[in-house]
Amino acid sequence: MVGLVASTLHRTIMAGTSLLLGTTGEILTERSGILNLGVEGMMNLGAVAGFIVTVRTGNVLWGIFAALLAGGTAAVFHGILTVYAKANQTVSGLALSMLGVGLAGVLGKPYIGHQLPVRLEQVELPLLSRIPFLGELIFHQDPLFYTGVVLAFGTWFFLRYTRSGIRIRSVGENPKASESQGVPVQRIRFLCTVGGGAFAGLAGAHVALSYSTSWTEGIVAGRGWIVVGLTIFSLWNPLRGMLGAFLFGGIFVTQYILQPIGVPPNLLAMLPYVATLLVLLMDGLRKDQRSLHAPAALGEPYSR
Amino acid sequence: MAGKNSPKKIQIVQMEQISKYFQGIAANRNIDLTIRGGEILGLLGENGAGKTTLMNILYGLYRPDGGRILIDGEEVAFRSPRDAIRAGIGMVHQHFMLVQNHTVVENIALGDMEVPFFFPQRGMEQKLLQFQELYGLKVPPRAKVWQLSAGEQQRVEIVKALLRGADLLILDEPTSVLTPLESADLFAILRRMASEGHGVVIISHKLEEILDLCHRVVVLRKGEVVGEADTKDITKEELARMMVGRSVVFSFDWKPAPRGEVVLQVEGVTVRSDRGTVAVNQVDLTVHRREIVGIAGVAGNGQRELVEAITGLRKVESGKIQILGKDITNQSARVIHAEGVAHIPEERIRFGTVPNLLIYENAVLKRHHFAPFADVLFLDYEEIKSHAEDIVEHFTVAAPSIRVPMKHLSGGNIQKLIVGREVSAGPALLVASHPTYGLDVGATEYIRKQLLKRREEGEAVLLVSEDLEEILELSDRIAVMFEGRIMGILDRQEATIDQIGLLMGGVRG
Repeated sequence: MVGLVASTLHRTIMAGTSLLLGTTGEILTERSGILNLGVEGMMNLGAVAGFIVTVRTGNVLWGIFAALLAGGTAAVFHGILTVYAKANQTVSGLALSMLGVGLAGVLGKPYIGHQLPVRLEQVELPLLSRIPFLGELIFHQDPLFYTGVVLAFGTWFFLRYTRSGIRIRSVGENPKASESQGVPVQRIRFLCTVGGGAFAGLAGAHVALSYSTSWTEGIVAGRGWIVVGLTIFSLWNPLRGMLGAFLFGGIFVTQYILQPIGVPPNLLAMLPYVATLLVLLMDGLRKDQRSLHAPAALGEPYSR
Repeated sequence: MAGKNSPKKIQIVQMEQISKYFQGIAANRNIDLTIRGGEILGLLGENGAGKTTLMNILYGLYRPDGGRILIDGEEVAFRSPRDAIRAGIGMVHQHFMLVQNHTVVENIALGDMEVPFFFPQRGMEQKLLQFQELYGLKVPPRAKVWQLSAGEQQRVEIVKALLRGADLLILDEPTSVLTPLESADLFAILRRMASEGHGVVIISHKLEEILDLCHRVVVLRKGEVVGEADTKDITKEELARMMVGRSVVFSFDWKPAPRGEVVLQVEGVTVRSDRGTVAVNQVDLTVHRREIVGIAGVAGNGQRELVEAITGLRKVESGKIQILGKDITNQSARVIHAEGVAHIPEERIRFGTVPNLLIYENAVLKRHHFAPFADVLFLDYEEIKSHAEDIVEHFTVAAPSIRVPMKHLSGGNIQKLIVGREVSAGPALLVASHPTYGLDVGATEYIRKQLLKRREEGEAVLLVSEDLEEILELSDRIAVMFEGRIMGILDRQEATIDQIGLLMGGVRG
């Protein structure tokens, strides 16, 4: 029984890692006031780039680097369109999602069924992994998990307690006030968008290089949309985002466990979205209107 | 960089032949303006005269289409406020440039590059406390901006500019949101700054304020400089004439009239504020036909909540509100409007209009779903447009056409259109909240006349205003609110400014 719980939790963490990486990135982007609905596309591009480059070079690190670049590049387009050309953010994001999924399908076609020559190995952290139960659970994971946790804490700290963090949040709350203080609104928004896209690429790499080891079409399977939901669920706080990522990761894993008992997996697959709606509802029902943590200028293009 | 500790302050700023056009319309035309260190300069003009545009150019928010700016004899070209701030210019905008959800220190740290990268909040708090001792400008460092009063928010803005080393401080309509006491504090601060060598520019259309505070005044009209004088050499009347281009009538022809039946009856009404505190406490009030009832009081004493309760925008906790004998307590705004209550709201741009809709669409808001503007399914645009043309003509709205978005109108013209729209619905009661707030002398006079006209035509008007002169000139009876209660209702004949002032301060005579 302990074995089952431990392995379930271990897999929960694995399933949650890509969500964690994606959500942290999307929080960064949205905090600057840009809505990126292209996460699904960027994760797909990251996954396919990571997989192909790893197969070709036989080196996972190159694959991860390629995934970062792929997600970041897609976000550059989103950034140019929404920040500088002031295009509608929803439309641009949705278009990028569709484009990314399609492109990944085409590029990945020859690789369907291919196995990775090397996979992202799990790393045991010295000493820490010897802590009973927890050690095996948390300190015996793949490097992207550690990266994700560090990035989530780092992003939280960065947004909250650094000068740049204040500027990013201010740009997302009130771009006009920020501009009048000499803050380069467009540049900050663009950088946060590209950064968030790179995180999404990394999340895609985790799906293709660690969670799975062979290429199948539609490998990302809607995780990008869960990320968008999680960002709201977390109320734009990276630490709450981490909690949510592993919660939703757990739902992923539970699907497979409960399926044999007769619980339809689709029902559980809905849970992340239901949870997001509930959070929105609860927050909306609160008396104090200021409790809505959405950045006040989220989704609004800014021009002088 | 000209920091606050640098010995040399800006001596002279010269703006030469500045022009700025928006969609082909001149906001500024060949303006020459000189600002000297150690002087308080008043920039006077009606709404849309181009004062704010001119200062936004100096602050780097807009780039001029023509002309040049010299600071201490050297030409500068500001591409953004960042450049202007570096040159030692600070600006406090009329609508505060603050992030409401952030704390005071976070707002001040926002543009400050000298604050430490990590934990800037701590560094800034220390800096702020030191500064407060120096200047006596008190702001609570850790409070969120939305929790502060308007006066406190403005102080945050001033501190922000000074901490960043502003030698020249521009203030756009700084007293429009302040109580008289807060204004006096502000003036003391500005005088002190000037005596220490700072240059101060204040944009205003309040004549007394300019005469009281400024050393020199420059008057703008329709984007051009029409006059300049030392304030000691000029009178209020002369300034007013310069500003509007004609003599202004400062008092109205108010005739006594017998009041008619009760239109609005408010009985024991209690209303809560956004924060859940009791904002209106057991208020009784009546307004009759052929009567203007003025509500005086310092902002934040429940006037806004009372108006919102009457117009259906806020829940009434207890008590009863009737219009012409019909109970409308806690009905929707639409039902109440249909019962004959028209509303000129406090924030005309946010609540009075839809800025992106065209003028003719704005002209039928609240009635767009009734005949003659609509049948069961469709809007009748012919009817809507001719109605809009009527309003524009009768209420002298200066608009290029009724087919332009509302946001292209100036404040005074927006207000005229709102007044026209509300009055044309033929309401039994007109509720006017701060109807002339922020308007120039010409528009103010016009709007006040319209309110008096309603009264002469035998209708009821409830007027809420912080402008005591306005209240005294227009009202038949004056109710003074303090901390959610009505301290007293005075008849026009017996009311004096002193008496109202005491009641506003919570002292019963």
